[in-house]
Amino acid sequence: MDQTKKDIDVTKEMSPMETETTRNRPVFIPRVDIMEKGNAIVLLADIPGVDERHLDITLEKGVLTILGSVEPERYRDYELAYAEYSIGDYRRSFTISDEIDHDNIEARVKNGVLQLILPKAKPLLPKKIKVKGA
Amino acid sequence: MWLPSNRRFGRMSDMWSEMDRVQREMNRLFSGESVAYATGYPAINVWSSENDLILTSEIPGVDPDSVDISVEGDMLTISGSRPREELGEDEHYHRQERAHGNFKRKIKLPFRADANNVDATYEKGVLKIMLPRIEEEKPQKIRIKTE
Repeated sequence: MDQTKKDIDVTKEMSPMETETTRNRPVFIPRVDIMEKGNAIVLLADIPGVDERHLDITLEKGVLTILGSVEPERYRDYELAYAEYSIGDYRRSFTISDEIDHDNIEARVKNGVLQLILPKAKPLLPKKIKVKGA
Repeated sequence: MWLPSNRRFGRMSDMWSEMDRVQREMNRLFSGESVAYATGYPAINVWSSENDLILTSEIPGVDPDSVDISVEGDMLTISGSRPREELGEDEHYHRQERAHGNFKRKIKLPFRADANNVDATYEKGVLKIMLPRIEEEKPQKIRIKTE
């Protein structure tokens, strides 16, 4: 876990290995690309096996959490003869700064890839405070 | 157990295989499994029955029309590419963990497949290929004669 920690914007409490799920299934950290695109930050995450119905995205206290659950497929009359990958849920958290417009985050999922568009908030005008004379 | 001979035939860019190996190794450590994974992209799982195989593979974010599946005798080839997100002049990556580029993998099947009846679907980033055995290679029941 130490290897990944430095590279991932997870706060310690939010790291997937320290919050246990009630399901007996591995939880993977999805790989992401994060891009700066004009007035928005775009995040792409690989979450194969997850569709919009099994994806939860929450934003709480500046922490954005992606949680995707995968129902493993079972094939009747077939047995798993060979496996190179295992199936599990996906979870990853990011801290989001105030520069992002928290109310207008867009998410869509297509072909097992989540796309999050995080628009930047309009810059606040510096406030002038008038000093009243006595 | 049957193993695909990907060591001999696997051909993929170093970045794909290396990133994939690292990812799977981490997943393996975290999930407490002790299966040794073969290297090769894309990773596959294989389900078998008497007359056919179901091969599944996680290949998120590709255009299904750009994935090429071919079967020749007992050799299955999966190839395709995942394009990189094109960025404009003022745009840049903060972080890039997902792999991009071309991939190709050859997998030796335990039987000759009926190439005309191979069926493939791509859903939620998961490729699923159904591979039926050719008629001549279906297992035959042998009756034991009693005297």
